[in-house]
Amino acid sequence: MSKKLSERRKFLLTMARGVGLASIGGLVWSAYLDEATAAPLLLRPPGALSESDFLSTCIKCGLCVEACPYDTLMLAKPGDNKPVGTPFFVPRDIPCYMCPDIPCVPVCPTGALDESSVTTENVLDIGAAKMGLAVVDEGSCIAFWGIQCDACYRACPLLGHAITIEYSKNERTGKHAFMKPVVHADVCTGCGMCEHACVTKKPAIFVLPNEVAQGAVDTNYIKGWDKKDESRLKDAKEIKTTTRLSKKSAINSLNSGLKDLY
Amino acid sequence: MKKLYNSYRYLILRRMTQIGILVLYFGANAWGWKMLQGDLSSSLILGKIPMSDPYAALQMLAAGALLSTNLLIGVGVVALFYFLIGGRAFCSWVCPINMVTDFASFCRELIGMNKLTGVKQPASRKLRYWVLGLSLVISAVMGVTAFEFVSPISMLHRGIVFGIGFGWAGALIIFLFDLFVLKNGWCGHICPLGGFYSLLGKFSLIRVHHNEENCTLCMKCKVVCPENQVLHMIGKESLPILSGECTNCARCIEVCDDDALEFSIRSIAQNKKTGE
Repeated sequence: MSKKLSERRKFLLTMARGVGLASIGGLVWSAYLDEATAAPLLLRPPGALSESDFLSTCIKCGLCVEACPYDTLMLAKPGDNKPVGTPFFVPRDIPCYMCPDIPCVPVCPTGALDESSVTTENVLDIGAAKMGLAVVDEGSCIAFWGIQCDACYRACPLLGHAITIEYSKNERTGKHAFMKPVVHADVCTGCGMCEHACVTKKPAIFVLPNEVAQGAVDTNYIKGWDKKDESRLKDAKEIKTTTRLSKKSAINSLNSGLKDLY
Repeated sequence: MKKLYNSYRYLILRRMTQIGILVLYFGANAWGWKMLQGDLSSSLILGKIPMSDPYAALQMLAAGALLSTNLLIGVGVVALFYFLIGGRAFCSWVCPINMVTDFASFCRELIGMNKLTGVKQPASRKLRYWVLGLSLVISAVMGVTAFEFVSPISMLHRGIVFGIGFGWAGALIIFLFDLFVLKNGWCGHICPLGGFYSLLGKFSLIRVHHNEENCTLCMKCKVVCPENQVLHMIGKESLPILSGECTNCARCIEVCDDDALEFSIRSIAQNKKTGE
């Protein structure tokens, strides 16, 4: 041990030490980031990129927050348990009022709020926004109890399109009608005006991010009797599976002669 | 009074700049002022001129984000300013953490902490470049801007502008670390943003210049300097401080009673002579 280290050994040891320390730091840092950026229940401003792209692209400048005239948007603070510094909103407190000029989007310097995703035919169109999807909890929605309440339907800025009222018979009383709110996922922007307006203690209609609220169907299912969806079959290659039963040519009577059905 | 002004003139100016910038940002969010909107990550001057943090943009690039033209213009404005003029001035003239670490440094001297720990510092000032490199590697691996999600600078700054939450905790950690663990620990050893500006501002024009003939070797400058390794020429050679790690804070100029230090524009002829 008394022998002095050679310059070469000294250099190698110093480098090894640096790499070792960097590995410790890097692993702790990465582990923290993994936890700190996981927040699937967050509602983003209109035009936000997908969550993973948003997290890498948002520079956390707060220009969208400052542009919002209703103080809807907030930047996540340490302690909020949300990816720190990124913008979000809580519709029960302040919903998105769907400004036609969408001031929060064009001001974004990085494109984390993507103007093209809220533009229809070269005009800003807040109706194209997909901030989330309103979901109704039938257990706590009083319209499903038979009480007439159309607060969410009235509050919806896309009244009659994003939420419609479905009439049905109340079999429980046998005398009355249900007037149930139905949310249409293709129209709903996730602005949260319904959640804001809901009369129950904890809202029975609430906005969830699309990834949370919606499922996804793989390409192997086709919506029958739907010309547009069936057109996906056009370029499909046939995969023939021969089993003991299919050796005899079977005729699928239901699928034959589709042309005359339309 | 004149003496007092002379010994604190740059410090007062720096505090006014640091606080002034915070006030403008705060006013933009609270009262809709248009002078300086956004925050230190990205902002707009008078609603027109964009400014963006070049280090944040670098992390975004590593994380695989597409950089918009707007962002690149903002990055260009900031990077050019510090590259050509300011050097590492961000750290001592803009960054709000500077007030925290300066205060820690002041307290450290006051309570005699420096005497307890001695002059020998247990950590290398090169650490910040490792952290800088590491932040880019982690950004690439995790697909998020690694430092931006842990930066106590943005947490404090953004906190002051947009609401702080537990953002004060990061600043407190830095204060305690600088006070009890490592002298000039955060700004002088760890902060990758400081490391980034050290590299970016290496060739900037504004430099502190040392005039050896006037120097009486009192070494007040070395005591007050948060990056005192950059003052290696004191009492030896008349040279500008050429290290990028100098933050242009001008504390050395203020404490020098012998006019041996002054701001100057880097002269190209001089640099040729010294080979820098």
